[in-house]
Amino acid sequence: MVTESNENEISLTERRNLANKKLGLKMLWIVAGSLVFAFALVPLYDVLCAMTGLNGKTVTSASATSSNKVDTTRWVTVQFTSSVMPGLGWNFYPKQSSIKVRPGQVETVLFEAKNITSQVVAGQAIPSVTPGQAAAHLQKIECFCFQRQELKPGETKVMPLRFFVSRDLPEDVKEMTLSYSFFSAKEKE
Amino acid sequence: MSTTTVAHHDEHADHPTGIMRWLTTTNHKDIGTMYLTFALIMFLVGGAMILGIRAELFQPGLQLMKPDFFNQLIGVHALVMIFAALMPAATGFANWMIPLQIGAPDMALPRLNNWGFWLLPPSAILLTLPFTLALFGIGDGALATGWTFYPPLSVQGGIGVDFAIFAVHLLGISSVLGSINIIVTLFNMRAPGMTLMKMPMFAWGWLITAFLLIATIPVLAGAVTMLLTDRHFGTHFFDAAGGGDPILFQHLFWFFGHPEVYILLLPVWGFIPQILQTFSRKPMYGYKAQVYAFWGIGALSVVVWAHHFFTAGLPVPALLYFMYSTMAISLPLAVLFFCWIKTMWKGSMSFETPMLFTVGWIILFGIGGLTGLVLADVAADAQYHNSYFVVAHFHYTLFAGGIMGIMAGVYYWLPKMTGHMYNEKLGKLHFWLTAISFNLTFIPQFFLGLAGMPRRIPDYALQFAEFNMISSIAAFVLGLSQLLFVYNVISTIRGGQKATDKVWEGAEGLEWTLPSPPPYHSFTEQPVVK
Repeated sequence: MVTESNENEISLTERRNLANKKLGLKMLWIVAGSLVFAFALVPLYDVLCAMTGLNGKTVTSASATSSNKVDTTRWVTVQFTSSVMPGLGWNFYPKQSSIKVRPGQVETVLFEAKNITSQVVAGQAIPSVTPGQAAAHLQKIECFCFQRQELKPGETKVMPLRFFVSRDLPEDVKEMTLSYSFFSAKEKE
Repeated sequence: MSTTTVAHHDEHADHPTGIMRWLTTTNHKDIGTMYLTFALIMFLVGGAMILGIRAELFQPGLQLMKPDFFNQLIGVHALVMIFAALMPAATGFANWMIPLQIGAPDMALPRLNNWGFWLLPPSAILLTLPFTLALFGIGDGALATGWTFYPPLSVQGGIGVDFAIFAVHLLGISSVLGSINIIVTLFNMRAPGMTLMKMPMFAWGWLITAFLLIATIPVLAGAVTMLLTDRHFGTHFFDAAGGGDPILFQHLFWFFGHPEVYILLLPVWGFIPQILQTFSRKPMYGYKAQVYAFWGIGALSVVVWAHHFFTAGLPVPALLYFMYSTMAISLPLAVLFFCWIKTMWKGSMSFETPMLFTVGWIILFGIGGLTGLVLADVAADAQYHNSYFVVAHFHYTLFAGGIMGIMAGVYYWLPKMTGHMYNEKLGKLHFWLTAISFNLTFIPQFFLGLAGMPRRIPDYALQFAEFNMISSIAAFVLGLSQLLFVYNVISTIRGGQKATDKVWEGAEGLEWTLPSPPPYHSFTEQPVVK
């Protein structure tokens, strides 16, 4: 179809092919950008959750002892629930289902775990607080969830949690639930 | 399609014949035909899967299959219909029609185009292979998590999940290549004088679809890659025990998943005004308003994703934001509906099959949109979430709004593509059977959902029995009447009354200036648009 009479045509086509390639490659940058964005969302999500207490994520390290005075004007009920995830042969439950606390007052509660298998098993407890807006106000001083727990076959362990509810907890929160899920902490083979 | 029937139309075309023609082709019409054929085959495959589901749900109790196989059918049905039927059908039309509509000799990047298509068959095989492998005792079947891959279920699942992850990778690469090609074609290949604001609505719909695809598909690819490393390489992106969070996956998935809805719908929204103006015999109303509405919907679609998991425990301010932003999408959409209706207003309308599908589409897609507003309400969603109400809603948007729109396009452009008129009587019969049985399938599901029947469960309580029976019978009518469509399309390809160049009396646009069927190489000299 191409004859010598339209050589201009050829260079026009070639120029256009070049422009097409250039624009196509530019579009690939958008693709690369959104792939990077997808992975950047992982740390962004954690930062956002830590800031807002979204998903009930609590602080994962120990807080200093409450130096503030105790707020004696109101009571807050803290409930405890527990669950054991599949793959971990433990019994695990709180020794008390709920306690009433004054904001600022340090309290200690106990949880009991029993290894019902015949092997040494390690587990990791993951806390979660409902409602989410209260999560940032539950301050743990000492918790079995700060590190892995290892139980010998048949061993029973009573594990303490020392915590206080901070005084700037919003007035409308009168009840909160602290839930612990125990996961198997075995390394994947 | 047999190669001889197409090849003899154009003696000057120099291309290999037989299978090599289709493997090596860079011609936009050939590639468009392959996309459309692939989409039709996968539409039937996905349809067969869901008929298995409806057969199981015909009566309460477990009759035909084990729950695990039921779950596999549901997940693979959705992935096949979305990624292997609807998206390739829209891309097939883009390949066929965009160069003809904008007066370009071909797509801008023809070899990329060939690659974009040939990634599809392997990914369809990857998706469905675990079914076959399970018959030989390898693995435990296909993906059984539903199409959304939610962890922790997908982290624990069998090899079907891995197959589906790799299939999504391939399908994603294919979509991204196709989209880049369309963007470059629309920016660089328009005929002299055709400014962006003179482009046909179908081209506009695809331009925004293509940008949405290249911006969101990589996020899905990233999310399923994280899932893969969680499964096999000891990472903890979504594993709470290692400090990850399963909700994070829902955010990533729906950051892609919600724009995906508009990716499926925008090309169809491009068909509708063009078909309406043809059969109303007057210019479309509000071209500019429709283009701006497209942009508005495209932009809003990437900032509303969390309405898919209102019940996952989001804080109240986030719930309110996602509720209001979701509802805001109904504003540009209402502009579109208004323009469509006003295009028909006082026109001299006639109701050939494409017009029947389009008018039916407007009504049914309207129902899909309005029930979506109900689901966007946070307070109401707490009841409707994961119920059959959701299933009915998204089938009104994706079967009526997607598939029926594509069918309107098929009937509209098939005479142009093949040079033959389809059988009008059969087309009308196909429309009425589809429209009626579609409503009989899904209206009962709205009520089932309101009454509390959960989705993705193979068994149900006795009080749901009657409505499920109606729904199942209608689903089989709906499925079988699609065979009429297949027959009509094949017999139109093979012969029939000759179509004129313009085909429809009221047709406007560059594609109708070419002969029917268009020559293998068209617009080698670009037309000038006034």
